[in-house]
Parts: sequence; structure tokens; C-alpha cells
Amino acid sequence: MSFWEDFLPKILEGWVLTVEILVLAIPLGVILAIALAIARVYGNKPISLLAAGIVGLFRGFPLIVTLLIIFFALPKVGIYFPPFESAVLGFILCTGAYQSEYVRGAIQSIDVGQSLAAQTLGMSKLKEVAHIILPQALRRALPGVSNEIIYLILYSSLASYLGVEEIFAIARHFNSLQFRPIEIFLTAGLIYASMATVATTVFRIIENKLRIPGLEATH
Amino acid sequence: MPNENVVLKVENIYKNYGNNEVLKGVSFEVNSGEIKIICGPSGSGKSTLLRCLNLLTRPDKGHVWLEAEEVTNPTTNINKVRQKIGFVFQEFNLFNHLTALRNVSIGLEVVKGMKKNEARQIALRELRRVGLEEHAHKYPAELSGGQKQRVAIARALAMNPVIMFYDEPTSALDPQLIGEVLDVMKKLAKEKLTSLVVTHEMGFAQSVADEIMFIADGKILERGPPRELFWNPKHEMAKLFFKRIAELYRREGQ
Repeated sequence: MSFWEDFLPKILEGWVLTVEILVLAIPLGVILAIALAIARVYGNKPISLLAAGIVGLFRGFPLIVTLLIIFFALPKVGIYFPPFESAVLGFILCTGAYQSEYVRGAIQSIDVGQSLAAQTLGMSKLKEVAHIILPQALRRALPGVSNEIIYLILYSSLASYLGVEEIFAIARHFNSLQFRPIEIFLTAGLIYASMATVATTVFRIIENKLRIPGLEATH
Repeated sequence: MPNENVVLKVENIYKNYGNNEVLKGVSFEVNSGEIKIICGPSGSGKSTLLRCLNLLTRPDKGHVWLEAEEVTNPTTNINKVRQKIGFVFQEFNLFNHLTALRNVSIGLEVVKGMKKNEARQIALRELRRVGLEEHAHKYPAELSGGQKQRVAIARALAMNPVIMFYDEPTSALDPQLIGEVLDVMKKLAKEKLTSLVVTHEMGFAQSVADEIMFIADGKILERGPPRELFWNPKHEMAKLFFKRIAELYRREGQ
């Protein structure tokens, strides 16, 4: 069996696992980011501080440290996650923390007059945030958020350190057996690059679809 | 229980910001169908007063009633009260992500729980009332300042308020755009829509107002019919103020 006949199907299996990680981590990370940002801006003191603490922690830890804590340290206190789940959880926390800073900044950049106008119509805070503030803030946050998601696609390769058989794990494994680093790591790199390109294109389409005159995203 | 002809009753409102006493006991009433004007030097607490009346800012002391309901009562549902007060801001504050039509209909949908189609019909009717039906599909950034303010008025009208508050509605507009907004306001005044207007537009005041209240130093220093107050103010500060306004008018050739 030639090298490529052996390698390509295996790395495709790894790609499927990477996609599975991302399909979970991206939307849940975005939801966490929005929740953290709302908690920080609108929460009472304890809630706001808690959210700030979570953001500070997971932006402060190197991602690999977060992953190792979830996978190796948590079982010591009786909390066990399998490798795949550990990786997904770590990615959600990390990307959620980073993205939340963009969302928070965007919420705070919305002119106070928007809130006053919502209040004078008789909107509750919840309605105001849902119908007036977030639709504007999320548009502004989109470029930053999409950048973070592209980073997430690339750093999903760290799941290999927990034994998740995704693209990079397969690549390392093959290289240790066959030592053909040029073919192996270039292929892996190109797969990540193509995913990042697809994501960039998708975000550009979303940005264009959501574009409103006078409400252009701040870069 | 206030007189049932009284739409808004304001009693002894006080408001401090730190050591700065902005309002020092303001009282007045607005009867159904009346147009009352508040004017005075900048920094005299006019905007703060309006915001105290619908609790965008909570007054330190004093009471406000809207019809039979005490607005300042802590148990009052303020969101319900605010639906009955149309509020027009100096800076328009249109929702930037919504078309003119949706700006007008969103309160009906989100606050009053109206069906989308019904809200749309009312919104179109209100936009027609301010002469902007053909601009319904435009976003705020695509409208002129005067058009924005007319949409803001339509947005307030759509909620079917019992009173309109205007907070310097023409102060942020280029001079050539002021007229179209004042025309709409005059039309509404002629329809006897009860209104409380903070403005320095004395032409508007003279043509529609029932009373002008001159506020300075946190108090109503003088009040009366527009002509009387404008041409024959008693208080020194009022004399100075209206003289300046008159000079401004002459300069602008009005």
C-alpha cells in the first residue's frame, strides 16, 4: 500500500472529527460569549464579577493548560470528561471568553439614546436588549467574533494532546511511523487553511447579508 | 384624585446630581388638549424635568400623576406608563438597525404584542401622518435630520399616547430642516394632541401654545400665555432670555 493510499483516508477521518469538534464548539462558544457579555454589562455586581472572572481566567490560561486541567486535573476532584468532550469544553470556554470581549465592547459602543428610546416606548430591559441592543451590537462584533472562530479552527489541533484523533493527531502519528514530515504536515496545514478560507468566505457573506446602511461593523 | 381633565400633574419635583441642585420644586399641570411650552437657559434643568416625568431619571422628591395613576408611586409599572407618553428626543434616537417602518411598528409588536401585519398598517398610517409614507423602507442613515425627527414623532404617535413630550425637537437640526418638523408638530397641536414641549422656537410657541413656562435655576420663574411672556416678561432672567431669543429671530430674519 502506498503512503498516500494509507494516509489520505486516515487524515480524512481526522478531518471529520475536527469538524465534529467545531460544529459543537463554534455555536456553543458564541452562545457563551453573548451570555458572558450580557452578564458583564447588565448583571448585578456579583454576576458581573463572576462573568469577568470567567473571562479573565480562560483568556489568561494558555489554551493547552485549560485543556490539560479539564482532562487531567478535574478527574482528581471527581469530574471526568472523555477526551473529545474535554477538548470541546476547553474550546468553548476559551473562544467564548475571547469572543465575549468583542461582544461586550460592541454592546457598550451602542449609543445610550438607543436604550432611552426603547425605554420610552415601554420596553422592559429584556426586550430592549433582545430587540434593540443585541441586533446592533452583534453586527458590530461580527468581524472580531469571526476572527476568533478562525483561530478556534486552527487551535482545535490542540485536541490531539488529549488523544482525540483529529487531523493533527493523525498527522503526528503518521510522521512518527513514516517520517515524511513535508507531505504529512503540509497536507495537515492545507486542510486547516482551506477550512479557515471557507470560514472567512462564509463570514463575509453573513456580514454582507446583515449589512445595514449606517451600521457598518467597526474593524 | 386629580381633576379628570388633567392629563399630567407634576407636584414639587426636586432633583440633585451630587451637589448640583438641578430641579428645586417644580409644579404644574397639563390639561387635556393643552400645549405647554417649557423654555429657559441651557442647563436650567428642562431636559432633566422631562426625564423625571417618565422616570428615565428618578426625581429625589415630588410626585407625578399621569391621568389617575401616580407615576412616582414605587408600585406603578413604569413600562405601562411610558407607553402612554410619546417621547421625542433632541437627537431623534431612531433605532439604527430598523427601517423607518419598523422603527414605528416595533413598539406595537414588542410592547403591545400586536400582530406584525396590524402593527405594519398602523405604522404606515402614522408615517403618512408625518408625510413620510414613501420613505418607509429607508434606514435612519438614509434619512435627513428632519425626516428622522418626523419618523421619531410617528414612532411616538403609533403607541397612541395620551400626551407627547418633546425635548428640544428641532435643536439638532439644520435651520432649513426645522420647518418640516414644526409643521408636523403644529398639525398635531391643531388636532388637540396634549403636549409638553421643551423648545426655544417662539414662532411655534406663539402659534400653538396655551402657556409658556420659563424655567431657570431649577424653578419655574414665570409662566403665562405666549404673547404676554414673550413681549412683557416680569422676571429679570426672563427679560434677558426673551430679549436674546428675539435678537436671534431678527438675525435669522423671521
